[in-house]
Amino acid sequence: MAIPATIRDDFPILKQRVHGKPLVYLDSANTSQKPRAVIDALVRYYEEYNANIHRGVYAIAERATAEYEAARAKVARFLGAAEPAEVVFTRNITEALNLVAHSWGRRHVGPGDEILTTEMEHHSDLVPWQFLAQERGARLRHIPFDDAGRLVLGDLDRLLTERTKIVSLVHVSNTFGTVNPVAEIARRAHAHGAVVVVDGAQSAPHRPIDVQALGVDFFGFTGHKMLAPMGVGGLWARRAFLEEMEPFLGGGEMISDVWLDHATWNEVPWKFEAGTQNVGDTIALGVAVEYLEALGMDAVAAHEQELTAYALEQLRDVPGLRILGPAGPADRGGVISFAMDGVHPHDIAQVLDEDGVCVRAGHHCTKPLHRRLGIGASVRASFYVYTTREELDVLTRSLLKVRSLFRVA
Amino acid sequence: MSLDTLYREVILDHYSHPRNRGVVEPADAVRDGANPLCGDEIRVSLRVRDGVVEDVRFEGKGCSISQASASMMTERVKGRPVEEARRTIAAFKGMMHAEQAPGADDLGDLEALQGVRKFPVRVKCATLSWITLELALDELSPA
Ligand SMILES: Cc1ncc(COP(=O)(O)O)c(C=O)c1O
Repeated sequence: MAIPATIRDDFPILKQRVHGKPLVYLDSANTSQKPRAVIDALVRYYEEYNANIHRGVYAIAERATAEYEAARAKVARFLGAAEPAEVVFTRNITEALNLVAHSWGRRHVGPGDEILTTEMEHHSDLVPWQFLAQERGARLRHIPFDDAGRLVLGDLDRLLTERTKIVSLVHVSNTFGTVNPVAEIARRAHAHGAVVVVDGAQSAPHRPIDVQALGVDFFGFTGHKMLAPMGVGGLWARRAFLEEMEPFLGGGEMISDVWLDHATWNEVPWKFEAGTQNVGDTIALGVAVEYLEALGMDAVAAHEQELTAYALEQLRDVPGLRILGPAGPADRGGVISFAMDGVHPHDIAQVLDEDGVCVRAGHHCTKPLHRRLGIGASVRASFYVYTTREELDVLTRSLLKVRSLFRVA
Repeated sequence: MSLDTLYREVILDHYSHPRNRGVVEPADAVRDGANPLCGDEIRVSLRVRDGVVEDVRFEGKGCSISQASASMMTERVKGRPVEEARRTIAAFKGMMHAEQAPGADDLGDLEALQGVRKFPVRVKCATLSWITLELALDELSPA
């Protein structure tokens, strides 16, 4: 089943014009647009049953609690979790990764131990491990990437040692678009006794995910990149890990009982959800994943792969463009980053904006990746369910305009 | 907002033909500046003789606005007394932050950069070299 052409009608924001031109939103890897169903869910919550959860005995509080927990069940099903309790809600994936580093990492990582990530990680999957390594006297190591933006796995069995406690990597690179062979890496990491953490920020929105089939231990996601509002994301982890881990934040709701000088913890997953939660956005996240399931994640992935193939081909006609990452659409998500000879990414994005085209210019929170490539910044165009070929044509035409404006034609 | 407001002819000219690129040797002050948000980097070096900026150069990478602004800046302050350079820096920053009516100080060609004000995220690109120059001057003689 293909993505229906009418899908754009579901996204109110796409109907507008900017600078007199139709909005061409090519920054979904940054944050996705929201369908009407998600916006409505949010409004319905605030208009009909706004109440705190797990506390009230009155009807609207019960409804809020039920909808919140239903969202957990929906997300669990979407990710292929064994049970809803394996999903912990956080503010975003950054918080999810910090949770793992704090609650699992501090317990298990000691002086001289190693944490293995990659050179293509988002800062969210680097800095929490740096904190942990500094605090515990552990060592950080990194899997390199090659000229095509693919991880070099030849040396993996040397990078993995008996000291490796954690392997954490991005599933789909937010800069290269590379789909990393997570299942294979997880197998090899487990053989060395390490746990495997996956940054699924760019995979969960765009392709079918089955965390159990991937064979990983922790999987983070962030709602705003998958049609949900900003402010909610989460962590999937095997129950055994969650049971054994200490809480991340202390406060209300995460406790079982509290005395003046100590406390005992609530059950999994609530022991990780301290304080009043982002109930409305979480319920809307449940609606977002239902929306994606109705489209079918295979159809979503196929749609984006087709667009990526088309874009890679079109962009070949723009002189002086250096595309980062894999040259072809195989094992590549709908993210294309590039640099142009003689024109800075900011200037490119500025000229594109005049044509209504929204792209990201900068380092996309992957500074070490850009440093390795010897560039300070790049431009990134990224696609989602509502992206069309016509929009990619506008991108290509606009890039040709950039070249003539800056006289590099 | 029209792009011509931002990419004025003189800006594009300085971008494609930057003046005073490189490093002054020997220099009395060398200062690095960076805009962490966009990865722009600049190095400003200068030599002062008898209270006059005898030579000033810049090096680095960045967008057309940051490069053109740096190029125009060096052209403007080279050969001018340090005190005048400081006044120009203040006037330029004032113009970019709209604290000062244009024309209060005659900024000449530099007024072409006024258009950047309409694109708030780009203001930092235009001011980076100026702030770096100011820090370099402070190194020589605290303000
Ligand atoms: C691969 C990857 N990881 C992590 C993040 C961080 O997401 P958030 O800011 O929602 O925590 C992003 C998005 O910016 C991303 O693309």
